[in-house]
Amino acid sequence: MSQHTLAVLVENSPGVLARVASLFARRGYNIDSLAVGPTENSEISRITIVLNLQGHALDQVMAQLYKLVNVIAISEMPAISTVHRELLMLKIAGSKQNSEVFDVVKKFGAAVVDETDGMLTIEATGESSHIQALLLALTPFGIKELVQSGLIALERGTAALSDRTLSAQGISTTHVIDVQGDYQN
Amino acid sequence: MSAEITGASSLVKSLEAAGVDVMFGIPGGAILPAYDPIYDSKIRHILVRHEQGAGHAATGYAQATGRTGVCIATSGPGATNLVTPLADAQMDSVPIVAITGQVPSNAIGTDAFQEADIRGVTMPITKHNFLITDPKDIPRAIAEAFHIASTGRPGPVLVDIAKDALQKMTTFNYPKNIQLAGYKPQVEPDAQNIRDAAALIAQSSKPVLYVGGGVIKSNAAKELMQLAELTGAPVVTTLMALGAFPDSHPQHLGMPGMHGSVAAVTALQKADLLITLGARFDDRVTGKLSSFAMNAKVIHADIDPAEIGKNRFADVAVVGDVGRTMKALIPALQSEFKKSKPDLAPWWKQMSSLRATYPVGYNHPEDGTVSPQYVIERIGAISGPDSIYVAGVGQHQMWASQFVKYEKPRTWLNSGGLGTMGYAVPAAMGAKVGMPGTTVWAIDGDGCFQMTNQELVTCALNNIPIKVAIINNESLGMVRQWQTMFYDSRYSNTSLESKRIPDFVKLADAMGCAGLRCDKTEDVDAVIKEAMSINDQPVVVDFSVFRDAMVWPMVAAGTSNDEIMIARGLAPDWDSQEL
Repeated sequence: MSQHTLAVLVENSPGVLARVASLFARRGYNIDSLAVGPTENSEISRITIVLNLQGHALDQVMAQLYKLVNVIAISEMPAISTVHRELLMLKIAGSKQNSEVFDVVKKFGAAVVDETDGMLTIEATGESSHIQALLLALTPFGIKELVQSGLIALERGTAALSDRTLSAQGISTTHVIDVQGDYQN
Repeated sequence: MSAEITGASSLVKSLEAAGVDVMFGIPGGAILPAYDPIYDSKIRHILVRHEQGAGHAATGYAQATGRTGVCIATSGPGATNLVTPLADAQMDSVPIVAITGQVPSNAIGTDAFQEADIRGVTMPITKHNFLITDPKDIPRAIAEAFHIASTGRPGPVLVDIAKDALQKMTTFNYPKNIQLAGYKPQVEPDAQNIRDAAALIAQSSKPVLYVGGGVIKSNAAKELMQLAELTGAPVVTTLMALGAFPDSHPQHLGMPGMHGSVAAVTALQKADLLITLGARFDDRVTGKLSSFAMNAKVIHADIDPAEIGKNRFADVAVVGDVGRTMKALIPALQSEFKKSKPDLAPWWKQMSSLRATYPVGYNHPEDGTVSPQYVIERIGAISGPDSIYVAGVGQHQMWASQFVKYEKPRTWLNSGGLGTMGYAVPAAMGAKVGMPGTTVWAIDGDGCFQMTNQELVTCALNNIPIKVAIINNESLGMVRQWQTMFYDSRYSNTSLESKRIPDFVKLADAMGCAGLRCDKTEDVDAVIKEAMSINDQPVVVDFSVFRDAMVWPMVAAGTSNDEIMIARGLAPDWDSQEL
């Protein structure tokens, strides 16, 4: 088992997520987490996938992904050269008088973002290990409900995945294919 | 500003602009608007009897001609009937474009009458697909569909168009160029990889050219011949590649794989280098992967980067068009060979001995019934290497691969990857439409034939005079062979009784075809010649053959290629071979 994080730029068109999910399902690749959202370019969405590979080579997964016509660019996001973040929100019964919860929240750099009807909503962002540690620390207080986002990741420094294939104006204006008069030959 | 036309007219004009000359289809509610302009179009529309027939006909047309085949169907069941041919074309990398009608856009998602999410259904079995709900998107989608289907690794593309998009008014503008940010097949091979490949070949004393269907798709038979003769290496052609290299050539060892020749299978097993050209290490070729060609280094040339390393590690990967790869490899190899050229004589001594000792052959049945292999061999001999042979799936397919001699590319059509029974008749129809001056034989089984024979009506009505040889062993023969071998001869549900019912001659007659029968070995040639003489209507010949004939050699599924059997329980005498 080896865990990898992939950032995938896709055309922002209907059905793209289904294509990616269907590919992973039919080829037997296990997805640990998946996050999709818009990018700085309205025509492009970014999918961040954390996957656990068992007997599949990463370059095979990437090659299969590239075969999807709507997939524009893929990059592996190794922890050392990228910033990884997950978002966690959870609810714990308590109040401002409950200083133990607040101590933990403070220690982990998390925040209490809501208190309604005696229920605290706590928010935290961080790397997976940080989020897991916070969860462990808060579990004894009785977690009523929790929700976690998929992991997202961004390369450190000046490098940008979008530089590789995209222009500032839109999708790949550098790659224009002339339509042949007759595709039949 | 050009005048407004309907989306349907825009579709037909787009198909014309893409160079379509023929399409196979059936109208229905959602696609009906398109059929009105089709009525006036110069595109020939062939009205088939089942959408599956339309899909396989498009495939047969594409495989025979190298052009992109086109099929068209309505929404719901019309579209789902295309699922099998689309999956078939995907597995065998055949360029086809399927047009389907969809329910009106405001009804999509409501479980409307004849609604099926065909884009969702076909996502895993097409190279790409589109759902069009705005008529202005039609020309671009068609242009993109033909570009995607026919370039890179070819494959099927489906364009699903909502009925209201066909009905609404739009202006027609066929795009001069398209932008596909995520679609850039690498056609030119990398020069360093070519040099690495040439260096490996120059060091190899036991090389084999492992040739796959990509060589035919790339129209690269000429380059293959040059490369083969330059290297002097043995050549094996997979089921999808038969005809890419002449069977009569002295370097040809035959077909590898489950029913390959002993020489071809063993050449791969014992090689020190596989020069893999547009082939994909399919399980039917490799047998048990962990014991496949264990001492061989691998050069893998393919246009699809995802094939590299999928099943077998490649020591040198060359991504690109295989024809261009070979073209670049030839001069690189010539300069390597100037430095040193390995002596392949000892390797050839082994291979020649295997080829001479274990030719692919058969025995005539002792009970006096007709040998199916003999029938197929005679069809190939009498009709010759200029004819096109189209097989269904099963024993007759394997015999047609073994006993017809192929000399030219695009003369052997079959369903290799998906293994689609029922492929032969409609694919032969498509091939004949694309190559009307060529004799087209469907070599079919009695099981396969009963799946799609209704397209003979289409052939009869549309002057598509194909010839069909039914190799009638009144069984699902390949399944029966497995039952004989692996299920203690318990023939559960493989007896079709088709020597009794249906009467294929009467059936042929009823469908407007000439029907002939043959059940004696001495009549085989005469009946084939009679079939050859009929060219004004389709011909069906019911060859009643020996029921228990088996396909040999065989590497049982999941076993090693080293365990190849030349007959039941009989392995080659390896001890007598110097390997």
